[in-house]
Amino acid sequence: MSELMNLTARALRDLVADGTVSARELTEAALQRIEAVEPKVKAFLTVTAESALADADAIDVRRAAGELLPALAGVPVAVKDNMCTTGTRTTAGSKILYNFVPPYDATAITRLKGAGAIIVGKTNLDEFAMGSSTENSGYHTSCNPWDLERVPGGSSGGSAAAVAACEAPISLGSDTGGSIRQPAALCGIVGMKPTYGRVSRYGLIAYASSLDQIGPFGRTVYDCALTLNAIAGHDPKDSTSTTVGVPDFTSECGASIKGMRLGVPKEYFTQGVSADVEAAVRAAINRYTELGAIVEECSLPNTEYALASYYIIAPAECSSNLARFDGVKYGLRTKELAGHIGLSEKTRDEGFGTEVKQRIMIGTYALSAGYYDAYYKRAQQVRTLIRRDFDRAFEKYDALLTPTSPVTAFKVGEKADPLEMKLADVCTIPVNMAGLPGISLPCGFVAGLPVGLQIISKPYDEVTLFKVAHAYEQSAEWHTCLAKL
Amino acid sequence: MELTREDVKKVALLSRLELTEEEIDAQRKPLNDLLKQFEALQRLDVTGIEPTSHSMPVVNVLRDDVETESLSREQVLANAPESRDGCFVVPRIVAD
Repeated sequence: MSELMNLTARALRDLVADGTVSARELTEAALQRIEAVEPKVKAFLTVTAESALADADAIDVRRAAGELLPALAGVPVAVKDNMCTTGTRTTAGSKILYNFVPPYDATAITRLKGAGAIIVGKTNLDEFAMGSSTENSGYHTSCNPWDLERVPGGSSGGSAAAVAACEAPISLGSDTGGSIRQPAALCGIVGMKPTYGRVSRYGLIAYASSLDQIGPFGRTVYDCALTLNAIAGHDPKDSTSTTVGVPDFTSECGASIKGMRLGVPKEYFTQGVSADVEAAVRAAINRYTELGAIVEECSLPNTEYALASYYIIAPAECSSNLARFDGVKYGLRTKELAGHIGLSEKTRDEGFGTEVKQRIMIGTYALSAGYYDAYYKRAQQVRTLIRRDFDRAFEKYDALLTPTSPVTAFKVGEKADPLEMKLADVCTIPVNMAGLPGISLPCGFVAGLPVGLQIISKPYDEVTLFKVAHAYEQSAEWHTCLAKL
Repeated sequence: MELTREDVKKVALLSRLELTEEEIDAQRKPLNDLLKQFEALQRLDVTGIEPTSHSMPVVNVLRDDVETESLSREQVLANAPESRDGCFVVPRIVAD
């Protein structure tokens, strides 16, 4: 493989800036790597070779003109296919959008381009980001670069696999209940979900609007911080995007964590966490003590109720968000015309997959007359309790340490029961319910498969999150391990 | 409580999904499995607890009432399965 593609975004950016490598050479290296490993990994739904090379040439022209280049100039990036890209098909992993070509860019895409990043393609996902393995994709299942018979996790499985397979140094995903952190853990890379509202959701095809958040993948903590620098900040086109100022998220990477207080919520080790995963995570937690942090066990007593309340709230929002797919304005339209209502019902039956239909129906049911108080309202009250648990913990601790996923990557087809699949997100869901920032980074291997450590911090305190993550990363060597393909 | 076959049909109708007979049978179990999970929530006392609809509450975000650029009619219609005279075409919904 081209040695270039083993490097971090930070290193590549510097090579382009000082003229050692042109943006075109780097983009060609990425496209060659993609061509070489895609038959095995299947991370992408669309590779945008032509526009990537044109964008790279534009960067090279700017450099030749003596312009000061932006922070990610020339760096190849892969983007989850639920973010709109002008002129490039955007499917959300669904057959219902098999032919949708957006007339506008998502704000995160606009900002990536503004930072000089080169978009090399759109990555696979579980349909409408509903799933934990990419097996719910309407197109294909992506493979885990560490073991091709296993899933990369999901829903942003393609974005995670692409970075783990060195097809791109960084990528974007979206995280509603763990869809960035869980695949990062299963693919042995870093994946970060910012505070709700940090990154504009404009142009992100909605799943559950009060939970969805765009965030970065990278092979290092620093690369994720660098990417978040590029995409974060208020956007008038998303009224839920925060007006809180954007700091330099890399500013504390490398700072000492001596004396910091870290909590270890005991409930996160009881919910089906395998003994091997627990051992790797506990070893990482011990490392924090060695690094000078004050580590204590703590409790988030309502954790066990997070999963049930999530599977009411997220489907309720999805049932509303996905009502727009009706065969009229864009996407699939059934060939069997049968009046206005029939057109919509038939199109939706043909276009949506099994899991998406299931979530639309459970959401519709939870919101329907007579059940609203028992389900939806109660789930929102439980959400308040979950948030209060975290608020209380953060009075005492700077950050919390937990496993990301209770298990390592599972085999394709192994979790055939949809309920069992949903339990894979038990450690990540509470973070979305409370709107907090969270990160997963590699903390070891079990039988050749990566294990992820999750760190959670206070709202808008991503700087601390990156600082705590970076300290552990640099004390270990997991981030230098690459999957052999 | 458990959803019957008729209940699943009714929810599918509300969801604007024309499921096949096989799909109705196949969806019943996973739907009921989820409802069973939800029972856990009934164990909690939520008396007097405010519901949270959004983790970071923002209220009535308004913008200045000024004209801004938007997509052209052609761009908006470019993805339509069928359009004519600058409009989306849908099947007839009113009888003659």
